[in-house]
Amino acid sequence: MDLVPLTTPSREKLRLAFTVNGEPRDLVVESYKTLLEVLREDLGLTGTKHGCELGECGACAVILDGELVLSCLVAAVECPGRSATTVEGLRQGPELHPLQQCFADHGAAQCGYCTPGMLVAAKWLLDRNPRATRGEIAEALSGQICRCTGYLQIFDAVEAAGRTLRGEPAPAPLLPSVHRGSTNGR
Amino acid sequence: MTTRNVGQPFVRRDGRAKVTGEARYSYEVAVPDAVYGVLVTSGIAKGRIVEIDTSAAEREAGVLAVISHKNALRLPGEPHLEGPDRVVQALQDDRIRYSNQPIAVAVADTFERAVHAAMLVRVNAEVAAHTVRVEDELHNAFPHKIMAGGKLQEPDESHGDVAAGLVAGAARVEEAYETPFETHNPLEPHATVASWSGDRLTVYDASQWVFAVKKKLAKGFGIPPENVRVVTKFVGGAFGCKGSAWSHVVIAALAAKQVARPVKLALSRHQMFGPVGGRPRTRQKVAVAAQRDGKLTAIRHETVSPTSRFDVFVEASALQARHLYASPNIESRHRIVRLDIGTPTFMRAPGESSGSFALESAMDELAHRLEMDPLALRLASYAEKDPADGKPFSSKSLRACYQEGARRFGWEKRPRTPRSQTRSGQFVGMGMATAMYPANFAPAQALARMLPDGSAQVESGTIDLGTGAYTVFAQIAADELGLPFEKVRFDLGDSDMPEAPIAAGSMTAASVGSAVLVASRALRDRLIRTAIVDSASPLHGLAPIEIRAEDGRLVATSGKSDSYVELIRRAGGKPIEERGKTAPGDEREKFSMHGFGAHFAEVLVDPDLGTVHVSRMVGVFATGRILNARTARSQFLGGMVWGIGMALHEHSVFDEKLGRIMTRDLSDYHVAVNADVGSIEPLFLEEEDAHVDPAGVKGAGELGLCGAAAAIANAVFNATGKRIRELPITPDKLL
Repeated sequence: MDLVPLTTPSREKLRLAFTVNGEPRDLVVESYKTLLEVLREDLGLTGTKHGCELGECGACAVILDGELVLSCLVAAVECPGRSATTVEGLRQGPELHPLQQCFADHGAAQCGYCTPGMLVAAKWLLDRNPRATRGEIAEALSGQICRCTGYLQIFDAVEAAGRTLRGEPAPAPLLPSVHRGSTNGR
Repeated sequence: MTTRNVGQPFVRRDGRAKVTGEARYSYEVAVPDAVYGVLVTSGIAKGRIVEIDTSAAEREAGVLAVISHKNALRLPGEPHLEGPDRVVQALQDDRIRYSNQPIAVAVADTFERAVHAAMLVRVNAEVAAHTVRVEDELHNAFPHKIMAGGKLQEPDESHGDVAAGLVAGAARVEEAYETPFETHNPLEPHATVASWSGDRLTVYDASQWVFAVKKKLAKGFGIPPENVRVVTKFVGGAFGCKGSAWSHVVIAALAAKQVARPVKLALSRHQMFGPVGGRPRTRQKVAVAAQRDGKLTAIRHETVSPTSRFDVFVEASALQARHLYASPNIESRHRIVRLDIGTPTFMRAPGESSGSFALESAMDELAHRLEMDPLALRLASYAEKDPADGKPFSSKSLRACYQEGARRFGWEKRPRTPRSQTRSGQFVGMGMATAMYPANFAPAQALARMLPDGSAQVESGTIDLGTGAYTVFAQIAADELGLPFEKVRFDLGDSDMPEAPIAAGSMTAASVGSAVLVASRALRDRLIRTAIVDSASPLHGLAPIEIRAEDGRLVATSGKSDSYVELIRRAGGKPIEERGKTAPGDEREKFSMHGFGAHFAEVLVDPDLGTVHVSRMVGVFATGRILNARTARSQFLGGMVWGIGMALHEHSVFDEKLGRIMTRDLSDYHVAVNADVGSIEPLFLEEEDAHVDPAGVKGAGELGLCGAAAAIANAVFNATGKRIRELPITPDKLL
């Protein structure tokens, strides 16, 4: 082992009363937990993903009091009284948020593991900048790593969702041209 | 066959679950009373554990056990399988064989307590001299048979007289190329949840192959395979590293048995570097020579890659040289060396991606030497039949890929001389390369079941890695059963289902797709037989050949019809099911089967900073039938972006003194991110291939990466005049 613990975790429990996806939550958790583990293990909200616990991959992004944060780097003790939005809180009822719908339609979710963090980061972006350009989208999502899609579907989905949110017609998902009937096309 | 569903770009079935956060990955499955396991891994690369002090860890609140070789239960069997399975270290002895090897596991009631307990474990080890440098072991390099495409292949192959061919050409290139260690780094770390009930074991594992996990655990724990159930409904990326059950899978099951509680165990990002494989470094030599007209007179491709001291993996970089270009003289050689590292393994396009960098770079160098268009050079030695054995290709549309790609990309605008074109102060360069990947096909089974409500349930124990398996197999079944797409449910990821091969080698669509096709066809035929013997059916007494399946009904040529709902109701109201299986047949002996493609890349290189930006890529691929253009496009886009990562970023850098990977997190191990991606356009030339497999599919997951890094490297040469023969192409190499 090459890592040395800095302190022994406190055995004290923490009363954590905060708001998650608009719902008040009041629970007692071990005071050493991260927000990520409280969400996943205590509240069962496993949509927020555990990818690196180092603040590098972006899979655990949530919105905390309007700010985009990496929940693996936020201690639970920082959270009483605050308000968190996770991927589970994006939709209202059965209807998907336009971002969710566009991610599904554009194939922006492939293995799906980066998707929740990507969606939350995109929501944060569009909340502040409803007319985000492609460049601004790429910049804002640069802390979110995806290993599957090749990113273009994600840009397309965020752009399309932005248009939908603004009440503009959104372009249909891009499909590659398939030239058919080429057999042994020498 | 009607293809109302196959070929349609349906959106991913599992998309909704993934965008809402409802999709549960292995670690997230709710298992009551589960506790948390965290691995302690070795800080040295070689040696023996003399003393392991777990007392401080064990004293901590909430800690259930700290298990090391001192107190781990002895496994009654060897947890190792024949075939592409990796040898694991499951706390059975005191030996340290590589850095980051699991040497203990701390189990506690919360994740953080387990992490803390793992940190409190103190290890006193006797350190032995190690080497992680390929150069130190070259004198011990040896050939070994290669596990590729589901069979063992010879390390060396040669035909003609390569030495004579090399001097017979008008121009010749003989150069050394190198690709680095790479690490898969799926976003979801490896994770296992193991739960015992008596001598029955249930495992939720981040896996590409639940059947291998099941057999391996059964063998290791000495229990019948039917006592083990492995479930994998969603995988957060894999790329090869989840193709084998590594040490932590066995350790999770072992810990669960010892603490008599279900154990959840995930690797940290640091622990992804070493104990779960990676693409090994390659040192390759390529010699190619050609006549003035571009006809190749010789190809020689040699490669050396490392494996571990205790297991064998061969990065088969020189295999494609046997099949890609026509030449009377071709030689390929693979050697491996043993190092004190964790065993490398299959990583997306194993062999083809690293090997194509060398071969396709050499072809570009040869074209430059001949003052020939690189595309014209490739066309001059276009292989009409497989150069290795003279077999015809089951289908090959590479020429059309070159032509369409060149047209879409604007290849004719390529700067003729390097360093001759600039845009906004950046050098512009264009490069191309060929893509080739074998059309693999493995035995697979599936089950199709017609339900009383007239909808179908189809299943096979394959995995959806994000590829689209949930979606495309429902499309295939829908066509065979004459049902709309919405009426077919496809389920997967459970070892209690019909057996499927590893979800790897770009063979799932071909293998499982064919099994689904066969099972669905069998079910349809069974339903037809049921109808014609049923005196109450409008189809009673007809010949099966007169009947087809359409819109949830069996329809006779006369127009008479019977619905599935009615048919099943009259037959007793129980679901009717059939199983189907497929396996490679004689056709594999008669034909050479590969997917092909052509990459074209444009780069911008900053002359002052040496930074490379891939501004544009066009890839044209011919890989049999395209089941779903939307999910296929994602596979190719992802593959091409992996090409950017391979060309410019990815490198697991070893600290040779400490014998470990230094770049062991995502801030040091760079993968392509948003800002690295310019315009990328994959397109398909669809082929009708009657020989390759019943589904007519050649595979999509890996072809997009093959040749991609070479196209970028060739574009960098075109931009700068600098030939970088060692990946990744980082700014320091261009300044």
